[in-house]
Order: sequence, then C-alpha cells, then structure tokens
Amino acid sequence: MKNKHWYDYLWIVSLSYLILGFFNILFAWLGLLCFFIPLIIAVTQGSKGYCNRYCGRGQLFGLLGGRFGLSRKQDIPAWMRSKWFRYGFLIFFFVMFFQMLWNTYLVFAGASDLKQVVTLLWTFKLPWQWAYHGTLFHPGVAQFAFGFYSVMLTSTVLGLVTMVLFKPRSWCVYCPMGTMTQLICKVKNGSKDPSCPTANKV
Amino acid sequence: MTPNKRTPRKAEVAQDQCVACGCCVKVCPLGAISVFRGIQAVVNREKCVGCGKCAAECPASVIRIREVTA
Repeated sequence: MKNKHWYDYLWIVSLSYLILGFFNILFAWLGLLCFFIPLIIAVTQGSKGYCNRYCGRGQLFGLLGGRFGLSRKQDIPAWMRSKWFRYGFLIFFFVMFFQMLWNTYLVFAGASDLKQVVTLLWTFKLPWQWAYHGTLFHPGVAQFAFGFYSVMLTSTVLGLVTMVLFKPRSWCVYCPMGTMTQLICKVKNGSKDPSCPTANKV
Repeated sequence: MTPNKRTPRKAEVAQDQCVACGCCVKVCPLGAISVFRGIQAVVNREKCVGCGKCAAECPASVIRIREVTA
C-alpha cells in the first residue's frame, strides 16, 4: 500500500474539534479553518486539494464507515448526487448560515440575548450551557460559537446518517464546501480539456 | 495472442456527475486516477487495470468498470 502522510491523520483534528465543543463552545471558532482553507486552496490553486487530501471530516467518515464497517456501502440515490440537489443544498446551507450570522449580529448589537443552545438539524434546540463559562469578549463572540458549532454538528450528523445508509464518504457528494470549491474550480479552469494527458497532473 | 487472454477492463468516470472528492485517488493502488483541476476525476487508461477499487469507494457511485475492446 501507499505510504501514509501526515495529512492522513487529520481525522484526529476533526474528532477533537467535535469533542472540544462539548467542553468549551469557544473552540467552535476553530471550525472557520474548515471554511477558509478549502476556499483559499480553490481560489489560489484552482484545485480541490482540501477535499482530496486534508479534509479530516471525510477521513473520519472513511474510517468509521470503512475500517469500522459502519456503512452499508450501498449506492447513493441518483437524486442525491444530482446537480439540483447539490446546488440546492448549498443554497439552503448558505441561507441557514446567514441566518446564524444575523442572530450573531443581533447579540452584538444588543438587540437580543445570548442563547446557550446548539441547534441540531436547524430545528432541535439542545441545551448546551455546560460548555459556556463566560468570555472575556462580547457575548456575540459566544453566540457565533454556538451558531457555528450548530452548523458543524448538524453536518456531522447528516454525514453520519448518509455514511451508514450509503457509502462511507457520502457526505462528500453533497458537502456544501465541496460543491462550492468544485464550482470555483469550474469557473477558474472551466475551458481546459481534461482529455489532455499532460494537463492531468495538478 | 494467448488463447485465454481476457478483455482488458478499465475504470470509467461519469465526469458530469463526479464531485471531485478524490476518494478514488486515495484507493487506487496504481496511481492511475487523478482529480483534474478540482473538476472531475480522470482515469489514466494506460495505467488502469480495472481492479474496481475506485468504483467501490466512489461515494457518488459514478465510476463503472467496463470491458474495452480495441
């Protein structure tokens, strides 16, 4: 088999991130790395290097569904890999994300109070006050952390469900970051011909 | 030509449906598949022996193993 690289262990980082959110919600801010790194790689390099190499979440699903056998390894339904579903999910994700940012803004502006809840699947409000011990910063900083951790936990839960039902890394099919970075790469490299053998190495 | 030579098999990606996640690249024992500029996976047909590991791994199930004549 091929040699393992340091980046093949980034699933440990993803797992730690999820666990840390149970102890101190402010760690949720670190999740922004999973948003900015893929976008920076896509914009500067025009590649999906993040998905292809560094995505710890994908590795985690691959490990749980693959080595631990927690996946049925069935084909994902055709509609879930269709463009309208992938782009639709991206738009839905964006709308929910901006709503979260709006809630954060309201706390920053003093228009509403900090809510110490993690919202799972955009619906279920889980009490999460044990992970909040006050902050030196504005309560809005904590509100963003609760909101962002909600996004991360929700996508993990969705990913786990589709991991069990379909292939281990089914999440990758409709992952909003994956769809977005692929879209950026298409815009950036769109006209190039994939059948050209010398252009295949990126 | 040897009498019991089998038809060669190659992986084939439905490129318009590929999500370019790179799961196939990770499992290919021959390094015969790569993600082309973050858009889609591309098979190097000279290296591919049609083992099917990529097809089994592909989360979108858009890789098929086909017999190639010619």
